[in-house]
Amino acid sequence: MRGPMLRTHAFRALPALVAASCMLFAWEIYCRSSGISETTLPAPSQVLLQAWLNRDALWANTVPTLRATLLGFSLSLVLAFLLSMAIDFSTLMRRALFPIFIASQTLPLVAIAPLVVLWFGFGLLPKILLVALVTFFPMLVALAEGYAATENEVEDLLVSMGASRWKRFLLARLPSALPYFFAGLRISITYAVVAAIFAEYAGAAKGLGIYMLNAKNNFRPDLVLAAVLVSSLLTLLLFSATWAVQRLAAPWIDSGAGRRP
Amino acid sequence: MTEPLLCLDKVSLSYGDIDVLHDISLDVMPGEFVSILGPSGAGKSTIFKLLTGAANADSGEIRFAGKPLLPTDRPFAFMPQRDALMPWRRIIDNTMLGLEVQGMPRKEARKRVAPLFEEFGLGGFEQHYPQALSGGMRQRAALLRTVVQEKPVLLLDEPFGALDALTRNQMQIWLEAMWLRHRWTIILITHDVREAVMLSDRIHLLSPRPARVEQTIAVPLPRARFSHSTARAEAATIETSILDFLLSPQINDQEGHLP
Repeated sequence: MRGPMLRTHAFRALPALVAASCMLFAWEIYCRSSGISETTLPAPSQVLLQAWLNRDALWANTVPTLRATLLGFSLSLVLAFLLSMAIDFSTLMRRALFPIFIASQTLPLVAIAPLVVLWFGFGLLPKILLVALVTFFPMLVALAEGYAATENEVEDLLVSMGASRWKRFLLARLPSALPYFFAGLRISITYAVVAAIFAEYAGAAKGLGIYMLNAKNNFRPDLVLAAVLVSSLLTLLLFSATWAVQRLAAPWIDSGAGRRP
Repeated sequence: MTEPLLCLDKVSLSYGDIDVLHDISLDVMPGEFVSILGPSGAGKSTIFKLLTGAANADSGEIRFAGKPLLPTDRPFAFMPQRDALMPWRRIIDNTMLGLEVQGMPRKEARKRVAPLFEEFGLGGFEQHYPQALSGGMRQRAALLRTVVQEKPVLLLDEPFGALDALTRNQMQIWLEAMWLRHRWTIILITHDVREAVMLSDRIHLLSPRPARVEQTIAVPLPRARFSHSTARAEAATIETSILDFLLSPQINDQEGHLP
């Protein structure tokens, strides 16, 4: 089974690969034929070459970014679960907190990031906070809607069995919310690396964000793009990890229903 | 004559301005198969809500085994409309849900339900997720989940309503056979007249909302009815008379007077 399935996946990815290759090829041709300066628009080959030559520096700056991303995202996960439970169990909490959560998403990151750095310093903490601020909301909303989507019949059944509110939450509402949660998780995770980089951009000792800023100031767009490439790969990696986690934690979501990403 | 196991005495309930149940009185004998038959939206499911504690009556009394039913009493095992199987639980874990809620350790609960799978035609499907099962199998799994709780009364809310006609017939035949073997006390909610006649000892006929018990019809036909030619023929007669009654002007007049 495994061989043909892999082949099917490769076959599905083929159009995307062809399209991306065409774009890169056009970019490369343009850089070589137009005589545009390398300090304005470097060719993809140049970016790849410089990424390879500067791999040690890139790696040294990737580690702090990855650390900030993962820690921030973990905090965000814990917050999303706790807060979603608070608003699920108490209408008062929902009325009190939900508007605040929505307001938190209206804050322009450009303005807030330097302030958070100002308040909490150049260390890890402001990055963690900013990543959490940007990523907790989609998961929170997904969880809240997931709880609400629990089938009435299932809840009636549990009531008839004498289940408490807490048991109903654990046995029905939480598992019902999992497909929604994973959808929210995938949205969130694509923001996470970008948020960490933005936080570093606003002030950091090390990290992809500050690396990009320095490269830009040194007129090295090739290195900026090399760092962008790394951050994109990081996001893709984390995004794929969500599928793996889903398959482990909730294998029933895919099974039988025939849905495929 | 034996005492009724369950007795509803002039039970009324309204949601806001809407009268749902109006002086409902009915009883159920031990080991009896009783149907509550009525038009859609008449409030049949609301009667089950009263019994399972999901709603409270405004007036009237519910007695179980001669004593008023307390909110802490749970002598009923409920099978909701559609099957309410949890897609995230394997079939064996779905069927043991009631035992788990009662506080039985999972391992022990699985051991308790496992031997019943063969009898319910689910042998070999213990580890499947519900999505992989046919409609009929899902209903049998839902019924297994209901009976394994070992409650004195089974409440079945339109259990076969969502099935195709052929599967529904097969399930009715199967349910009658199971009932003949186990003699559970069953209250079946249905709007399918034939289903009520073929399965029940007695039928409580409900009026449109606000629901009252219009008539209680005994069905003294021999069992097993589906394989009994005279039973089938007489069932058809009873079915016709019930249909005539449900379609009669006096019943429909009442509907006309609804707000």
